[in-house]
Amino acid sequence: MTTPELVCPAGTPGALRTAVDAGADAVYCGFQNATNARNFPGLNFTVEELAQGVAYAHARGAKVLLAANTFPPAGQTDLWKRAVDDGVRLGVDAIIAADIGVMSYISRAYPDQRLHLSVQAGASSPEAIRFYCREFGVKRVVLPRILTVAEIAAVHAAIPCEIEAFVFGNIGMMAEGRCSLTNYVTGVSTNTDGVCSPACHVHYEEDAARNLTMRLGEFTLDRFSGGEQAGYPTICKGRYRAAGHEEPYYAFEEPRSLNLSALLPELVRAGVTALKIEGRQRSRAYVQSVVAAFRAAVDACAAGAKPELAGLLALTEGHRETPGAFGGKRWR
Amino acid sequence: MNRPAQSPALSLGPILFHWPAERKRDFYFRIADEAPVDTVYLGEVICSKRMPFFAPFLDEVIERLQRSGIQVRLSTLAEITIQRDQREVELACDRRDVIVEANDASALNRLAGRPHAIGPYLNVYNEDTLAFLAGKGAIHVTLPSEIPADAIAILGASARSLGVGLEVQVYGRAPLALSARCYHARAHGRVKDTCQFVCENDADGLDLETLDAKSFLTVNGIQVLSHTCLNLAHALEAMVAQGVTDFRISPHSQDMVAVARTFRSVLDREIDPDEASRRLQVIGLPVPFSNGFYRHVEGYRWAN
Repeated sequence: MTTPELVCPAGTPGALRTAVDAGADAVYCGFQNATNARNFPGLNFTVEELAQGVAYAHARGAKVLLAANTFPPAGQTDLWKRAVDDGVRLGVDAIIAADIGVMSYISRAYPDQRLHLSVQAGASSPEAIRFYCREFGVKRVVLPRILTVAEIAAVHAAIPCEIEAFVFGNIGMMAEGRCSLTNYVTGVSTNTDGVCSPACHVHYEEDAARNLTMRLGEFTLDRFSGGEQAGYPTICKGRYRAAGHEEPYYAFEEPRSLNLSALLPELVRAGVTALKIEGRQRSRAYVQSVVAAFRAAVDACAAGAKPELAGLLALTEGHRETPGAFGGKRWR
Repeated sequence: MNRPAQSPALSLGPILFHWPAERKRDFYFRIADEAPVDTVYLGEVICSKRMPFFAPFLDEVIERLQRSGIQVRLSTLAEITIQRDQREVELACDRRDVIVEANDASALNRLAGRPHAIGPYLNVYNEDTLAFLAGKGAIHVTLPSEIPADAIAILGASARSLGVGLEVQVYGRAPLALSARCYHARAHGRVKDTCQFVCENDADGLDLETLDAKSFLTVNGIQVLSHTCLNLAHALEAMVAQGVTDFRISPHSQDMVAVARTFRSVLDREIDPDEASRRLQVIGLPVPFSNGFYRHVEGYRWAN
């Protein structure tokens, strides 16, 4: 088996070093502003920190991928161009982008810069991927989490670039780059501000019976009785009422995490070059555990052995996991 | 429809919901006969499984609309998951009798190099993206629903200098999200492959309420829409000045001819936006209005 590249989250300089030390082949990170899709307080890199991060990773044989993967609002494209300029100057190994204007800038200003198509571009078909390859010289596509393994294999056969696929972590239910639910409720746009379900708009209320109500802005997303496991509240994992349902139900998805560790050999056979772990907002301890577990699993697969994966379940949201769309069409 | 060429145009977006084919045909025949719209977008944008039903009527409807002096554009699927989706996009893009509206990059790949339109499901957030797409043959762009007024102004100036038509949805539920999973099927304990077209039961989508019974979102197959009804009647004049050339009404099960007449009357300065809103409350979708995205606040809000 070809050994796939393990691409790991680096939300902070500390997490970058942790991921590299735990065996990441590449880390991905962003600057401290709206140019990346995890624009949370306390996360991400200054230019100076990224310079140090690149030096640390390169000295240990790991790559650094810069996520500049949100959509610049009209009149504000300079911030994204500056992120690209800084990334190129610091020698990042690839820039991950989604906006056509940003990619147009990268391919014109830095034709030699390696460019990855972000999952935020929502390119799920060979035709769509070929468009970005032809126009901007994209070298790798991060596939939306909507395809089965068999469909990934078919895509692989029909495109001229590498495939990176998410294998572990939190998954939103909506196609990335095409979701305005947070903006509808909070006035903050996931696509242009880089924030989904921002913590400053999340409210928790506990009543006397220890029932926990979770709200985003003015809307209740879920309620848990005392002791029940509650995940982080996002609209797409909330419980709602609808005609024909006597009880509220998870209209989009239940709060659980993606875990494809059991499908690793199949993914690699399908032509996946790089395995991506979600979680730039997670702690160093989490990054250490997940990256180390996947390093061991990938190496075991490469050696033809059966990987030991039980420990990963403890790290999933609410200790519940799903293979998502990757497992088969019944998910849809 | 004998207005000066520079007059702002009114368009009818694609029907987002799964209406019976005969109902759609009759709807469009009435639009052709009575609605003061300049453009009608046909085509299924949500689910390729719905497409075979209306396919036998498509050419007849195109012909009838065109005979009434209405420009017809064909919108492509917003999301490509399986090969059948891709085939449908290719079939649409290969048509030469109408301008095709691309709603994802796979359509763009086919259409680049000849005149085409860009739909609201393809992300055009800034002037650089707009200019790139114009260079590939885009003659008309409809913006995503969440773009606020200040960005529309910049894009309007850009579109003007590029000679590209710029369109904004001004009425109907706002598209908010797409997924690979069919939430309509899920609501009925089914999956997309076994859906039995349960989405046909909900002509304006399936309402979702919060646990506190507060109206929140609307499900339409793989799509999530707002519960509220977008109404930008008060912003028409400002948007015309900023370079928006076309205003889109998104079809619902109410009297869309009357809704179109109302917006036409505002554009023609026959009635003011307050009067238009009063009329729309009576004739339109019976839910609260919203204009929050345009005002750059929470999308569900309504503030004038």
